[in-house]
Amino acid sequence: MTHPAIELRDMSFGWQPGAPVLAIPEFVVERGERVFLHGPSGSGKSTLLGLVGGVVEPGSGAVRLLGQDLAALSRSGRDGFRAEHLGFIFQLFNLVPYLSVLENVLLPLRFSRKRRARLADPRAEALRLLAALGLEGGELLDRKVTALSVGQQQRVAAARALLGRTEILVADEPTSSLDSDARDSFLRLLMRECAAAGTSVLFVSHDHALGSWFDRSIALHEINHAHVTEGRS
Amino acid sequence: MSAWPGLAVHSLWNRRGTAALTVFAIAVSVALLLGVQKLRTAAKESFATTISGTDLIVGARSGPINLLLYSVFRIGDPTANVTWETYGRVAQHRDVAWTIPLSLGDSHRGFRVVGTNGDYFAHYRYAQRRALRFEHGRPFVASHQAVLGHAVARELQYSLGETIVLSHGVGAGSFVQHERHPFRVVGILAPTGTPVDRAIHVDLESIDAIHGDSADTRGGEPSGITAFLVGMKSRDTVLLMQRALNEYRGEPLQAVIPGVALAQLWSIVGIADRALLIVAACVALAGLLGMLAAILTSLNERRREMAILRSVGAHPRHVFGLLVLEAGVLALAGAACGTALAYAAMWLAQPWFSTRYGIHLVTRGLTATDGLILAAVVAAALLLSALPAWRAYRNSLTDGMTVRL
Repeated sequence: MTHPAIELRDMSFGWQPGAPVLAIPEFVVERGERVFLHGPSGSGKSTLLGLVGGVVEPGSGAVRLLGQDLAALSRSGRDGFRAEHLGFIFQLFNLVPYLSVLENVLLPLRFSRKRRARLADPRAEALRLLAALGLEGGELLDRKVTALSVGQQQRVAAARALLGRTEILVADEPTSSLDSDARDSFLRLLMRECAAAGTSVLFVSHDHALGSWFDRSIALHEINHAHVTEGRS
Repeated sequence: MSAWPGLAVHSLWNRRGTAALTVFAIAVSVALLLGVQKLRTAAKESFATTISGTDLIVGARSGPINLLLYSVFRIGDPTANVTWETYGRVAQHRDVAWTIPLSLGDSHRGFRVVGTNGDYFAHYRYAQRRALRFEHGRPFVASHQAVLGHAVARELQYSLGETIVLSHGVGAGSFVQHERHPFRVVGILAPTGTPVDRAIHVDLESIDAIHGDSADTRGGEPSGITAFLVGMKSRDTVLLMQRALNEYRGEPLQAVIPGVALAQLWSIVGIADRALLIVAACVALAGLLGMLAAILTSLNERRREMAILRSVGAHPRHVFGLLVLEAGVLALAGAACGTALAYAAMWLAQPWFSTRYGIHLVTRGLTATDGLILAAVVAAALLLSALPAWRAYRNSLTDGMTVRL
């Protein structure tokens, strides 16, 4: 049997004790499943991603990724796990300004030997991913990342997140800064690449309209039983 | 594929303007520190070897430092003379290899006149037993001839054949001129970097003559001398001779071993030199604090960068390591540039130092002390960088992967 990609069980989290922001009895993303999670700003979406990323620790309950209970890992163990299995895309400023496009894509390999070991030729794979996401041409690769458009930056970030066949892609409002054309083409290419690689996707946004791109669409308040009073996104 | 430490270099290169300034500041302070240390070592060495090869300095009883000051450094005045008879007895002692008589008390335009004899040029040694060398001319062979130290000839622009008049006393404004006894310059010494450069050497008998009533007391024995230098045939007899002279019943004498007296004097003079080193060390510290300030200021604008690194799998300790590494790279670059700067400066200044002070600054390759200084600078930089590194570490723990700017 294979474990689900993401599994939350009786998990609760609050910045202050006694005031949980998140209380999730059950939330599961299966292997290869692409899930869209929507909710208004301040509903705790980003906190949930922090929990999945292992940067924030739950107050109680379990967060399991690929069958691994994050609580059973040390802090640096979680960092290593994240480096090996997860890819992230944020809304803005995903790239390290002093690295080239290619260096940005290859960045995770500097921190994860295991992810590096999965690739025979990292450079070729990075170029393949960039091309699959619509970024081609040597001229572009040498350009400073700060000179790229936001849409191009997001594609570079996506290529980085997927490099080395990460099992889980976590995206936090990656299309909010894009216009609708750029957004649609970005999502189309991203979904195609994830489907091809069998990557599980947890995609978070406040924009309901994006739900049609995914296998499953779910509102945060449907799984979250805590009464959110405080704005902390 | 490079590993994470390479990011520190990338990041520095991205901020190369400020990084270059920081490196420059460190380089200047390191160069200063190295230069001061070199100068100290050279000065101390030159001081310690102002006189060499001499086993004993003998004069009237006063104090070892006083005796050293007036006989070797030509500073201050002797309290009393040593009789010619006593000098003769020591000079003829069977354990004594050579002696150099010194008669002080006259001057020429602020430079001290040393009355002595030909043994001075034969036996006087400085530095590592280096003999006096003539740049021009030769030693005096007759009365009323003078041999100039290098600095005297340079500053007064004298050349061979010049006629000079001595004054009684050592002040520049001495009014009693020995005008009836002009001296002719017959030799000019090569630079030594010792007080010899600032002395005018004349025949002992002429000194006596110009103080006598007539100009023709030549051949008579001098009544007394100020001090004399002694070289023993064997080192083993130095202490015995010193004791014998100190206990001499004929007149109150004092014999000092130059090395011992020089060390005593250095313990006084050396304070200034330690102060110099402390100032240089403070400048180096200031350079490093500049680096610390630059890194601390950059931290806030780099929180985003750190969060990105975290999201791709960097541990907080990677973040810590990157900042320490960054400081290390800056300090190493600063140390390297500073060393190059110091050695280039010393190389350029070498001719000047060597003719003026007889000091040799440039060493072949780095000395152990240089290495120690450079290591200390880099270690201090790494230690200081723990502060911004710790702050970045804390930041990256609380920020996680998302940072709100």
